[in-house]
Amino acid sequence: MLNIALPKGRLGEKVYGMFERAGFDCPAIREENRKLYFENEALGLRYFWVKPSDVAIYVERGAADIGVAGKDILLEYAPDVYELLDLNVGRCRMCVAGPKDFSDDLSKTLRVATKFTSIASDYYASLGRDIDVIPLNGSIELAPILGLSDVIVDIVETGTTLKENNLAVLETIVPISARLIANKSSFVFYRPRIEELTRRLSQEVKP
Amino acid sequence: MTIDTAVLSNEERISFALRSLYHRRGCKPYRMSRFEDYELYMKNKDFLPSPEVISFTDTNGKLKALKPDVTLSIVRSYRPTDGEVQKFYYDENVFRVSETSRRFREIRQTGLEVLGSLDAACIDEVLSLALESLSLISPDNRLCVSLLGIVEGLLDMLELEGEARSAVLRCMGEKNVHELRAVCESAGLKAGDAERLARLTLCSAAPQDALSELAAIGCPELSEAERLAEGLPPEAEGRVNLDFSILGDMRYYSGIVFQGYVRGVPSSVLSGGSYDRLLHRMGKPGRAVGFACYLDKLERLEEVRRDA
Repeated sequence: MLNIALPKGRLGEKVYGMFERAGFDCPAIREENRKLYFENEALGLRYFWVKPSDVAIYVERGAADIGVAGKDILLEYAPDVYELLDLNVGRCRMCVAGPKDFSDDLSKTLRVATKFTSIASDYYASLGRDIDVIPLNGSIELAPILGLSDVIVDIVETGTTLKENNLAVLETIVPISARLIANKSSFVFYRPRIEELTRRLSQEVKP
Repeated sequence: MTIDTAVLSNEERISFALRSLYHRRGCKPYRMSRFEDYELYMKNKDFLPSPEVISFTDTNGKLKALKPDVTLSIVRSYRPTDGEVQKFYYDENVFRVSETSRRFREIRQTGLEVLGSLDAACIDEVLSLALESLSLISPDNRLCVSLLGIVEGLLDMLELEGEARSAVLRCMGEKNVHELRAVCESAGLKAGDAERLARLTLCSAAPQDALSELAAIGCPELSEAERLAEGLPPEAEGRVNLDFSILGDMRYYSGIVFQGYVRGVPSSVLSGGSYDRLLHRMGKPGRAVGFACYLDKLERLEEVRRDA
């Protein structure tokens, strides 16, 4: 049985559609119920929905053989997994954002509020800029408005929230999308199945 | 005195079996102090899986560390003798930061190191011992082997240097060919050459099949891979894959690197390779190869077998 961890929510639904069209369907998943996992015994597949930020942990720890995780999570937590395919869905950008008229005062440490502390630290380290990372878990956009931080590092999809709060994208750090990942040990033992799944799934990826 | 082996944990049973194997094959036990000079790790911190080390000041004012690694200590105490091969095995606890909890953990390792005037037969013997070690851990196992000379040879041929080379190596380690192609494009590589790197990244096959793929990719210098395929023992059949996503730090490792897996354990339980460059960095002549088995990962192996 190949265990597959999918992210709960809209992105997961979209991704499951790709698996289904690629021939890895599991009809039970479409039924209305509160089950946490779904099996297609004939195909030897078991799907389960998990919190999007937990998919990489399930895969790294081998509870799932493969899974679909956002590039933001892979960059932030650097799990020891294989990244086999860019599914090109759930597209957005990891950005630095701040007040529209923001100008970086290089004589001061830059205060950066973010959920993605590793990505922010690595990005500014690559620029040689000294920063003070302020870890937050939500409503990141409030931080520069209230003077808690100078800028934020966060995921931007449409930019509407930023616009409505008089903020703007200042720099794009990296484009983000959903990626097919595999546990390294599972890849060794189930290689033909995982390679075949990757190949067929790649045909469902829209440019 | 008789020992009731039923009271031993899985980890202890495997440790005894491994030590007995290495002893029978002519390796000498290496016992090291729990403490080591801090300076040794600071000079070679990139060799360690994590740079953090538990340090303290000894009563004589010297800065010491609880050892996070065994190989560095063995290389430091190694005294080369002309034309000789020295073989050591160890069973030691090391102190490392866990990749997930980011806290220090005490980890038990059993392994062996072979140093000196090594020839191809020595490398074959170490690979054979790695395979036997995996079989003692679990009958359902695989050894993934990479040859850094092949990877470096292709990167050199394509004149990939600096940041682009590091980025390509990172992508290869992740089997991440979509980003690898993007890196190659930004580095100005031709699409055909990027494809050769992508094929090498995805190459994971039995040695003979891998050899055909390497020839089709046009990798320079295949003699090392050919020799490896010829030198493998019969019991390696179906258990050894050439896989070029296995990469060690090339400042220390050269030639062969490998990782061993057993079904049911989510990460490698054995890791090793030839580290001639570490030896030379520490001012010692000759060659070196070895591996470690991570016994802490085997704690739940019995449960996995029962569930299966």
